[in-house]
Amino acid sequence: MIDQSILREFQAIVGGENVFHAEAYRLAYSYDAAVLEQVVPALVLRPVSSEALGQAVRLCNENSLPLTVRGAGTNLSGGTIPSAGGVVMLTTALNRIVELNESDLYAVVEPGVVTAKFAAAVEAKGLFYPPDPGSQAVSTLGGNVAENAGGLRGLRYGVTGDYVMGIEFFDPKGELVKTGARTVKCVTGYNLGGLMVGSEGTLGVFSRITLKLIPLPSARKAMMAVFDDVLKASEAVSSIIANRVVPVTLEFMDNFTIRAVEDFSHVGLPTDAAALLLIEVDGHPVQVADAAARVEDLCRLMGATNVLVAETEQERDKVWEARRAALSALSRIRPTTVLEDATVPRSKIPEMIGSIERIARKYDLKIGTFGHAGDGNLHPTILTDRRDAEEWKRVEHAIDSIFEEALALGGTLSGEHGIGRAKSRFLEKETGRGTIIYSRRIKEALDPRNILNPGKVIGG
Amino acid sequence: MYDMQKLAKLVKELEDQLVCCMRCGLCQAVCPVFAETGRETDVTRGKLALLEALTREMLKDPVGVGEHLHHCLLCGSCAANCPSGVKVLDIFIKARILLTGYLGLSPVKRLIFRGMLSHPGFFDRLLEWGACLQRVFIKPADNLLGTSCSRFWFPLGKRHFNALAAVPFHSLAGATKTDSGKSGIKVGFFSGCVIDKIFPAIGQAVVRSLDYHGIGLFLPQSQGCCGIPALSSGDATAFHRLVRHNLKTFASEPFHYLVTACATCTSTIKKLWPAMANGLTGEEQSQIRGMADKVMDISQFLVDVAGVDQVFPSRKDDLEIVSYHDPCHLRKSLGIAEQPRKLISANPRSFFREMNEADRCCGCGGSFNLEHYDMSASIGKRKRDNIIESQCSTVATSCPACILQISDMLSQAGDPVRVRHVIEIYADSLS
Repeated sequence: MIDQSILREFQAIVGGENVFHAEAYRLAYSYDAAVLEQVVPALVLRPVSSEALGQAVRLCNENSLPLTVRGAGTNLSGGTIPSAGGVVMLTTALNRIVELNESDLYAVVEPGVVTAKFAAAVEAKGLFYPPDPGSQAVSTLGGNVAENAGGLRGLRYGVTGDYVMGIEFFDPKGELVKTGARTVKCVTGYNLGGLMVGSEGTLGVFSRITLKLIPLPSARKAMMAVFDDVLKASEAVSSIIANRVVPVTLEFMDNFTIRAVEDFSHVGLPTDAAALLLIEVDGHPVQVADAAARVEDLCRLMGATNVLVAETEQERDKVWEARRAALSALSRIRPTTVLEDATVPRSKIPEMIGSIERIARKYDLKIGTFGHAGDGNLHPTILTDRRDAEEWKRVEHAIDSIFEEALALGGTLSGEHGIGRAKSRFLEKETGRGTIIYSRRIKEALDPRNILNPGKVIGG
Repeated sequence: MYDMQKLAKLVKELEDQLVCCMRCGLCQAVCPVFAETGRETDVTRGKLALLEALTREMLKDPVGVGEHLHHCLLCGSCAANCPSGVKVLDIFIKARILLTGYLGLSPVKRLIFRGMLSHPGFFDRLLEWGACLQRVFIKPADNLLGTSCSRFWFPLGKRHFNALAAVPFHSLAGATKTDSGKSGIKVGFFSGCVIDKIFPAIGQAVVRSLDYHGIGLFLPQSQGCCGIPALSSGDATAFHRLVRHNLKTFASEPFHYLVTACATCTSTIKKLWPAMANGLTGEEQSQIRGMADKVMDISQFLVDVAGVDQVFPSRKDDLEIVSYHDPCHLRKSLGIAEQPRKLISANPRSFFREMNEADRCCGCGGSFNLEHYDMSASIGKRKRDNIIESQCSTVATSCPACILQISDMLSQAGDPVRVRHVIEIYADSLS
């Protein structure tokens, strides 16, 4: 339990109504969307101003209280699971869009702004904020930056980090650090913002974020290509990109997922197909028509048995309904859903899919695979029941094997979900001892008392 | 001290359903209560986590869990948007029953549910006296909306509400048995408490519409409450008494469909009667299945069965602009959205205009409104703002509980907008 005098200090800083220490409140912040053990914090704080946030961080540091920042708690690698005896710092009350600048194409936001609400506010001005992580309806921009979240549009538009122009954050002592600018170019000082992106709450606590906006593309076209062989689908992906067409979205679904989606939503998917590619191009209408025609031709050339081009908005919705239903359809098959995001160079996708199928057979597990084929970021989704200890052991072996395969193919542990607690023990395998030591030195220098989300990313 | 091991065993019954939540947190996007407070304990994921923690004996305070569990409108927005299809309402209601069984029902609720509500004849008389006496305590607030407010703060606070009708619907209509006329169809009409005691005109509009379409009507006297107030307070005993009473009341006469004009009654009979039938006899359970198969919302019945499809192309400026609020228990529970809109458009004098967020909860939530009025009103204010923005002169809906809540919001704001049931608008057009 937290010391009464410290509790009173927190109450003075953030207001009594924003300090939660009753048992049930603390329990409700003991998990996130990762399938990991819960850890109940000692205290939950919900600062309503930037100043209060900074002071609360300082007080945590003075008392060596571990501090985990939390937005919507949709993290898939355990990054928002707090430390025992620690503090959960909610950003949900820091949710203002401070500025939306149409002349200079940027926005300044507080960390608790919900991604989809921000994207809608931007679109209302005819502008575009492309990063669209799967949890965007609830996820917060602070969390997106801390995880460097991706999404379906990553292939053409990149990930959250590509839109970060500047960050203001608090160091553990509560000092405000300003980095970046509202300008397109900025080489002033160290690129501390770059250090913050993807730091998973281990190096600083965000107070404000400046994000880049771009003009909204005026046209788009979606299509679905059907393949009787995963290899052909994958070759089609490579061929599209080799022919200098970069679709916004280039999604893959394996046979297991196709059947699950069809069982669930009856959208008329070909259940005998080995793989589907769901593709969308956007831009100027003329460019879109040209790119769509080329993609269609290339898919056919690479052996697609059928290509369905959406001619109306309704048909487009139908294409994406199938993709959106993927996780829902899979997650209903068994009680527990483990969503991985090991990523490989896109040319290695057929090998990776082959490996996942082998792993599923070896450990006798149900694994559906879908994901962002255009950027090699697949989501092998293990369907299991975590209450079954014997099966869960096999799941853990399968996860290890998936990581090993991805690394053997020159890939990476995580494309967009982060390392958090779930994958920190694998980090050295990918990056080497030197990288871990270097990263730990940075952490020690910036957070000597190790209060900022300890144990995440680099372990320890 | 509480015996948490015993409670864990009880709640374990829910484990198979609880484990389906993958903690994705997408319920945060749609929960009206979470939108107000931003607290994880107010959103479904948090509540499910608390229940799961009970099964694992991670908590020592069942009272706290109970309070969080009741801080919920049971609107089903989360269930309608849940990627993994968690049966949230089943879980929440069963959990309320388990916790109430463990912690006990409050004396006030015991008196209301077991002493009054589950004795329909007595309950009817009680409220008839209430209707005579209420003028001592209340005064008119808004003539257009027909609302009143308290002369004294206690017990209704600042609410503006529709008072008890001088004569309830069951007395106005009397017991009715008419044969299926030209349609060859006969329906049972389950009036529901709020229509019977506060809005008899809605019941009369139902009778008029059925008569117009040549539908035979079975309207038994002494109908009971559908049981939802008892159930949402975790009182399975009173709920089962009411279900039994209603089964008996409707068993005396055959009919093809059971219609109601209350979204909550429809959804309760359709979904919760069968889901919560454990403890009733096999025969009662099969009767329940029969009722659940037959029950229909009045607009659904008129459009899908009686074949109302005349939609007037409304363009004239002198028409009444009517908007529509989707009751959660109709749209989210039962997927009925198109039929009530059709009924509104079937009146040639009404021009239908969609409001923003038409399917967002009005914040009533039955007893939620009584226990958490400020929160309920704050959610209701957003509904009121959407209604005003639509520039309608009448807002229609399909649930008398929503009518109470929306009338309160509009009346307190002094807005000149009428609140009506869709069946009243439709019945107006029948000659």
